[in-house]
Amino acid sequence: MSLSDVFSTARAESRAALIGYLPAGYPTVDGSKDHLRSMIESGCDLVEVGLPFSDPVMDGPTIQAAAEQALSAGFRVRDLFDVVSAVSDAGGRAVVMTYWNPVLRYGVDAFARDLAAAGGLGIITPDLVPDEADDWMAASEAHGLDRIFLVAPSSTEERVAMTARASSGFLYATAVMGVTGARDVVSSAAPELVGRVREHTSLPVGVGLGVRSGAQAAEIAGFADGVIVGSAFVSAVAEGETAVRALAADLAKGVRSAAATV
Amino acid sequence: MGQFKPTPHDPDARGHFGPWGGRFVPEALIAAVDELAAEYDKARLDPEFVGEFQRLLKDFAGRPSLLTEAPKFAERAGTRVFLKREDLNHTGSHKINNVLGQALLTKRMGKKRVIAETGAGQHGVATATACALLGLDCVVYMGELDTERQALNVARMRLLGAEVIPVKSGSRTLKDAINEALRDWVTNVDETHYLLGTAAGPHPFPLLVRDFHRVIGIEAREQILEKAGRLPDAVVACVGGGSNAIGIFHGFIDDADVRLVGVEPGGSGLDSGSHGATLTAGTPGSLHGAMSYVMQDEDGQITEAHSISAGLDYPGVGPEHSHLKDIGRAEYFPVTDAEAMEAFALLSRTEGIIPAIESSHALAGALKLGPSLGPDGLLVVNLSGRGDKDMDTAVKYFGLADGGQA
Repeated sequence: MSLSDVFSTARAESRAALIGYLPAGYPTVDGSKDHLRSMIESGCDLVEVGLPFSDPVMDGPTIQAAAEQALSAGFRVRDLFDVVSAVSDAGGRAVVMTYWNPVLRYGVDAFARDLAAAGGLGIITPDLVPDEADDWMAASEAHGLDRIFLVAPSSTEERVAMTARASSGFLYATAVMGVTGARDVVSSAAPELVGRVREHTSLPVGVGLGVRSGAQAAEIAGFADGVIVGSAFVSAVAEGETAVRALAADLAKGVRSAAATV
Repeated sequence: MGQFKPTPHDPDARGHFGPWGGRFVPEALIAAVDELAAEYDKARLDPEFVGEFQRLLKDFAGRPSLLTEAPKFAERAGTRVFLKREDLNHTGSHKINNVLGQALLTKRMGKKRVIAETGAGQHGVATATACALLGLDCVVYMGELDTERQALNVARMRLLGAEVIPVKSGSRTLKDAINEALRDWVTNVDETHYLLGTAAGPHPFPLLVRDFHRVIGIEAREQILEKAGRLPDAVVACVGGGSNAIGIFHGFIDDADVRLVGVEPGGSGLDSGSHGATLTAGTPGSLHGAMSYVMQDEDGQITEAHSISAGLDYPGVGPEHSHLKDIGRAEYFPVTDAEAMEAFALLSRTEGIIPAIESSHALAGALKLGPSLGPDGLLVVNLSGRGDKDMDTAVKYFGLADGGQA
């Protein structure tokens, strides 16, 4: 099962894919495995497993606090592969979302090798642009992983085109200029950005930053191929498994209710 | 215009000094750093921009700064010592050079809002000063711990009209203030310039911050030739992020016989693990937008730096220093908190100059280097700032309030 299968399955059902994020090691290593499995069972087509990092400049307070908690509980990079394995062993599909320095430190090729061995499908790289990604291009090719780069409302046409060419699996469109965190309304910049991306690529486009409800998911599903939800899942974990399952179910309903409006 | 002339030491078009530097930032910020790089490329060749910058340096900051011989301090160093007096600049350190340059660039780009990070408060105060002068809105991010340690500088910034936001995340110090400034920038990038305080960060910051500080080295080279009749054997500067060092180094970088010596914060000693000697003890990594040496654990988590000097208390370093270390053009070694404080007291007592604790690291480095050069040797030490801001630390360290003597 590859990332393109995730999106073609959703497309065959005339809906968007639901992508849920949770940091590995939050609230504990075993706890994150359980919650990720719950997210998949309750409707996530794909999970993003976050690698907690000491200096998460793209993250708002919710994910910062989760990463801090995981690190102070002793989370290690090797635990990430363990969590990814748990997801794939349960029949789920996982990509990793990570700041670049831990990958550099581990060794780009070694990280790709161990992620592929754990059944991971690719890496989302919030602070690595294709301009600096030569090692990652080579390692991802060597180990059969997808490269999910980000595009932003501020990206020029040239950069959207260049980033799309460098990407595989899907493109991550950041809906707003800003950091992660649940917001009340979907940004008007998101549909415009997705429209611009589509002029340059046939790759699926996932939209993230600020999504927290089924209604927002439905709205985004009206113009994007994937709806990405992060901080809202992190908050739900603090409330417990029932809240995680309920959120996933609500969002899963959302990504299925937009088809008629497209 | 010598200060802005492109040199063979400039990074490539994407900001690489050898394997160092570059841009490890979110895509959302690429448009802003591209805009800044394009604007700087034009400005550095524009006589009007350069003229306005030089006028502000002269009429507002008080340049050129003096080069003062320190003969009594030199007795302890065992070699001849001159001090480049950046402590005499307006706001009390070299920081004013860079903030005036970037504030002018901000106006050129038509932006109205400036954000900055600060550790000890020197860069924050300098930024607030430039914004007051040039009519820009100013927000300064400062670790909550540092706002407590440097309450007087917080008051200064507020008096100058800046908003100071205490940062409560992470270690609540400089690196977390930079994280928070980057988060603000990515959210408000259209109308906001991030006025980074050191020669680090994504391209073009290491280049332009260096160039705004090149005036230090250009002046120092002319002054030492005039006063000593020859080039120095070594130029010595402290290195946290490395902006004062890179500024003075560049005046001498093509003089192959002049050693360029960077002195790092050794804290309680390298063996203690409690230090900030990134170039001496760090490993390659990406932090705050550039590839450079960083202090990190085996998982790539950034570790906290420790130094008695808040301005050197940073687990990263500017990428050009990593390059200069690798190619062997510059050399770096640490001195401990205790050695720096001894030099702090020594310069105060022997020459009537109270140096910043940051700059005291350079002075301690000179005391170590001096004996090997002997009485015929010649050192230029960059006295990057004055020590007024450090009196609280000195009072505690030397017990001055209880009748103690440094």
